[in-house]
Amino acid sequence: MWKALKSRLFQGHRTGKFPVSAPPSLPPRFAGRPEISQLSNSELEACMEICPVGAFTTADDKVAIDTGKCIFCKKCARVCRSIKFGKEYRLAAMKREDLLADGSAYTPPHPEDRQLAEICGRSLKIRQVSAGGCAACELDFNVLNTLAWDMGRFGIQVVASPRHADCILVTGPVSKNMLLALKKSYEAAPRPVWVIACGTCAISGGIYAGSPECCNGVEGILDVDLYVPGCPPHPATLLEGIMRLMGKKSGPEVK
Amino acid sequence: MNSNFLFLKNGTAAPWSDVPEMEFNYFRTEILKKMGSCRVLAFFALPETDGTFLLTAVLGDPQAQGFLLAKSRVSGKFASLTAEHAAFNRFEREIYEEHGLLPEGHPWLKPLRFQNVDPGVTDYFAMLGEAVHEVAVGPVHAGVIEPGHFRFECMGEDVYSLEISLGYQHRGVEKLLRNGPDARTPHLIETAAGDSSIAAAVNYARIVEALGNIPVSPEIRTIRQLALELERCANHIGDLGALAGDVAFLPTASFCGRIRGEYLNMSAELCGNRFGRNFVTPGGLTCAVDQELADKLLAWLNRVAPELWNALDLMFDSPTVLDRFENTGTVSAATLRELGAVGMAARAGGVACDSRKDFPMADGLCAEPVEFSGSGDVASRARIRYEELKKSHEFLFKVLKNMPLSPAVLPELSLLAPGMIAVSVTEAWRGELCHVALTAVNGKFRSYKIIDPSFHNWEALAMALRDEQISNFPICNKSFNLSYCGHDL
Repeated sequence: MWKALKSRLFQGHRTGKFPVSAPPSLPPRFAGRPEISQLSNSELEACMEICPVGAFTTADDKVAIDTGKCIFCKKCARVCRSIKFGKEYRLAAMKREDLLADGSAYTPPHPEDRQLAEICGRSLKIRQVSAGGCAACELDFNVLNTLAWDMGRFGIQVVASPRHADCILVTGPVSKNMLLALKKSYEAAPRPVWVIACGTCAISGGIYAGSPECCNGVEGILDVDLYVPGCPPHPATLLEGIMRLMGKKSGPEVK
Repeated sequence: MNSNFLFLKNGTAAPWSDVPEMEFNYFRTEILKKMGSCRVLAFFALPETDGTFLLTAVLGDPQAQGFLLAKSRVSGKFASLTAEHAAFNRFEREIYEEHGLLPEGHPWLKPLRFQNVDPGVTDYFAMLGEAVHEVAVGPVHAGVIEPGHFRFECMGEDVYSLEISLGYQHRGVEKLLRNGPDARTPHLIETAAGDSSIAAAVNYARIVEALGNIPVSPEIRTIRQLALELERCANHIGDLGALAGDVAFLPTASFCGRIRGEYLNMSAELCGNRFGRNFVTPGGLTCAVDQELADKLLAWLNRVAPELWNALDLMFDSPTVLDRFENTGTVSAATLRELGAVGMAARAGGVACDSRKDFPMADGLCAEPVEFSGSGDVASRARIRYEELKKSHEFLFKVLKNMPLSPAVLPELSLLAPGMIAVSVTEAWRGELCHVALTAVNGKFRSYKIIDPSFHNWEALAMALRDEQISNFPICNKSFNLSYCGHDL
């Protein structure tokens, strides 16, 4: 026991300041929300050709990057100077259309209703369902349970069964082989139930979009309450998104 | 040694027509003869336009320090090799599932990834008797992990048999890779198993460099290897922490959970992504490594390494932990060999197989393989990770102290040579990751096979549970920590 105590003293207190009193510390090369300035037609064409996931949209003559499809590989930013991946880690949104990143200024959108906070109070019990994908989303969700992030202090907890869950957090493009298990897990949760699509795969199929073995994400299978972009989402992005879904204020901005 | 196989060095390519085509019975006999000294790295069928298939074998020959390749034309069915050597089990199930090509005499052709039938719908091994009970777990597990279905056949407290049924993560990766490379290819490769992205990217880069004749500077090779060791460290640390958590030794579980993050963040320092994605690319690197970055990483590692050893030594000095690890989930060397297990799990059981030693790259750059002899229990699989962490750190410090610098290098990719086969094996943290690429006449991938180390090792985990209690499943599982997605593809 003395050894353990000595170790504990040596290791020190390591729970991060984020999101309580500081923004997350992000690496200098972190790829956050893309920022687009004026794109010429030829630049746009080059971007569309190089983008592995078809994330560029031109609806209503407005060029945007769909962060629900983007895997933040930065290939477009390398061929085109008008695109930058900034430090904005607050990527999560409650509406699919809020995932479009065009040139306009950005503040993370807030939840429209506070039903979750009214019903669940200050806690959220999550059952995670892996449905295809590469396990990176799961790994970085697990990270929120480590003492560095400690999501438990905000009332967020992983539960073993959907029967105990307020929320189903889905990762992966929904492989055909997981479709039934995903639906059953959702049905097993008591109502009302919230759904988080965690990671680009869960939102749109990501790089597996169009695969005959996958369903292009959760859309059309379950109603999604929170979309968390990223491949995988940075733990700060995910935690900030979940807390906003719970009706808490938006995470601090990275300057 | 004189054989009729084509000999290939790691990370090189040869014309597909140079791979000798053998009459099937001869092919089968020759392969089985070789299995005494070699191991099977890949075994797959290529459909031909006339309805026949070219069965292709890639064997790893540690004595010759390279690969042996041969092919044989078959149609409809062929005599199974699994009955003679269990290492072919999953390969033959895959061949049958993908092409309907029957390995005649295979002991039990169960679906591997449930590509043609509903997931999980198959007959399972069953034990009968009044006192027998069956525990079925998954595909959705209690923790935050990937999906798989496990069936334990128990008598009282004891597990008599564990059957593992996978396929839930099947995304059709190899199908999507066909006719590449294209914009999506490197990302499919990196997400085949998301915790081994760097190993996969290194392998893919070598394949494309071999097929496209692209030169790579020694600086870039070293930087890649550095990234690979950071990946190995992060995973080993995470698993050792999880093992501590599973035996309720919370200090090390907590410390390692945080320390693992430091290594992921070091990878993110290189390229922005905690899993090292979009960094290693054929012929180059997407981001520059300058002196400032090298200094930062060295200082970082100097700070974190003592914390790591402190956290791990605490656990390995704890008799209560060791008591739970020792003689738990033992898989004997004979069984590991029979199943064709690879990587650190096999080495922990006393099977000498390390692709860094057995199939070295020409540049010889890698962390030094660990000399280890263990009994194949959870304690050995934990201890070997500790030893590998030591060697990885030696390598990391050595490289960082004299860090080779490189600007971002993104060469225009030329067309790949047509009609070639290339094989690359990288010792990822679990074990050897094998990529086999074949190009068609147009220089596009006719086939791109990924063989994750997990593909060889799932059966070994099932064996680890024999005569154990179910309550020991978590530590047995964590000590292997096999990839579902890397297996299911």
